[in-house]
Amino acid sequence: MDLLEGIIQRYNDWITIFLMVSGLYIVVARGNMIKKLVGLSLFQTSVFLLYISAGKVIGGTAPILADGITAYSNPLPHVLILTAIVVGVATLALGLALVVRINEVYGTIEEEEIFPLEDDDA
Amino acid sequence: MIFEQLPALIVAVPLLASVFTTMFQRGHVAWWITTLSIFSLPVMAWLMTVEVLTNGTISYAMGGWEPPIGIEYRIDAANALVILIVSAVAAVIMPYARASVTAEMASDQHAWFYTMYLLCVSGLIGIAATGDAFNAFVFLEISSLSTYTMIALGQSRRSLLAAYQYLIVGTIGATFYVIGVGLLYIVTGTLNFNDMAQRLPEAGYENAILAALAFITVGLGLKIALFPLHVWLPNAYAKAPSVATALLAATATKVAIYLLMRVFFSIYGTSIIFEQLPVLELMLILSITAMFAGSIVAVFENNAKRLMAYSSVAQVGYMTLGIAMASVLGLSGSLIHLANHAFMKGAAFLVLGAVAYRLGSVKISDMGGIGRVMPISMGCFVIAGLSLIGVPGTVGFISKYYLVLATFEKGWWWLAFLIVLSSLIAVLYVGRVVEAAWFKTPSVEMRQIGGDPPMVMLVPILLLTLGCVVFGIDASLTSGLAETAAQSLFAGWRQ
Repeated sequence: MDLLEGIIQRYNDWITIFLMVSGLYIVVARGNMIKKLVGLSLFQTSVFLLYISAGKVIGGTAPILADGITAYSNPLPHVLILTAIVVGVATLALGLALVVRINEVYGTIEEEEIFPLEDDDA
Repeated sequence: MIFEQLPALIVAVPLLASVFTTMFQRGHVAWWITTLSIFSLPVMAWLMTVEVLTNGTISYAMGGWEPPIGIEYRIDAANALVILIVSAVAAVIMPYARASVTAEMASDQHAWFYTMYLLCVSGLIGIAATGDAFNAFVFLEISSLSTYTMIALGQSRRSLLAAYQYLIVGTIGATFYVIGVGLLYIVTGTLNFNDMAQRLPEAGYENAILAALAFITVGLGLKIALFPLHVWLPNAYAKAPSVATALLAATATKVAIYLLMRVFFSIYGTSIIFEQLPVLELMLILSITAMFAGSIVAVFENNAKRLMAYSSVAQVGYMTLGIAMASVLGLSGSLIHLANHAFMKGAAFLVLGAVAYRLGSVKISDMGGIGRVMPISMGCFVIAGLSLIGVPGTVGFISKYYLVLATFEKGWWWLAFLIVLSSLIAVLYVGRVVEAAWFKTPSVEMRQIGGDPPMVMLVPILLLTLGCVVFGIDASLTSGLAETAAQSLFAGWRQ
């Protein structure tokens, strides 16, 4: 029961770990280039959770100065993750643009169909 | 006073210039904007280096917000050296870029290429200049995203594949880095490198700190192309436009190595890195494997650009070897090789770009007798190749001299032997290109390709080759800077 309680108490960390590992697994195991990018996005999203849950102060409110409130959550992780989200969007956009071009040139986005076409060392 | 704003300006100038290149959209206007802004960088870098050497570390509070709350740009001898290399190489390549880019890309792509070039340089200098862990991540992604785009602008359809593969691997690397930074932030409550170094010993949570180190090492290892995380590099270098290859090979991995050194020595300090974890043994094994595996694979390559890319994997091995030796001398060797490798690989890839410009191919089997037709460029290639081998009188000798001295200091004779042995393999792969270029009779078609490239391309090649020789004969500038940098890195930032 201790194990289960530990998992429930820190459920946010377990979600982070699950997303991180499953995202990475998809990137490695899938040959479809779009699916790889989906996995990559999951992997990046797990990092957002890692930062955001660390910024939460239990019992703290939103970091806005007001009378009678002394405990605030840490706003810095949110700011950092806003930046990281922008980076993630840019990466995904560039990745998808590359996949569109690859599809135009090769007519497929499956790695196992593309690699046999390119085994010469040109 | 504008002089005090240099740490911010050196990042901001190329960043702002990239906005203007997208606005004008005309290839030659974009080239002029890029050249003018990039030429200002080595001047600024030099002024900062002089300032650091005379008055010590520069601390610049970005936007007037005092560190450790605000973002700090912190310049000491180590990153002054790296910034100097990046800005100098970026500037030297620019005259070459115009002819090469015109030949290799459609005219509506020129302005975008220069935009990406500026963003990449800005990102690389930013990584080196910043003293803030998350800021370094943002610059890492700026330089990486622009790099993927530059690679995708290559001529063959495989450029797209290479760019896609590098995007996947590079993003995983950057995300690993940011996970490590996140763990460190959770434990220490700060993102400022210097503040982090001070708080680390009292922070507790030893496991989290060591996990953060593992994440950062693997993440940066992917960016460095440290064996066995190097798989993206050969395709990326071989398929990128010639200008992009020269820039990346000379600068991109170096900046990641600098960041790794910063994390290892300045923040964690030698006591954690080398006593609590088997980092030393691990780095040593991987570096030696890289030195041999990279060189051996290079020997069997037929594409000269891929050959040189595999040689880069091996050369990165020498740089991380210096880190693994955990001494001031080893670290000096590593930093000197970082600078010297920029000269030799920059020169070698520029020559191969010139070959692609005239011949349209960089396969060794197509290059028979090209030395007779393009004597000056291929002569420069020979000098750069000798430097890769480590022949006395070239910069490669200086790097290996320092590394071998460091092994003697440790009493590791076997390692000195391995360094020399791996250099002998370099004789083989450099020899293959040189043999094809100089000892074969040029075919009739070969005689008609038009000789050495135009002056604008030849001068950058000659400048970098000259660097290989000049700093190989009188190494006082590079080795002096590298030794100062190694001492300040090795001492760590902890008070």
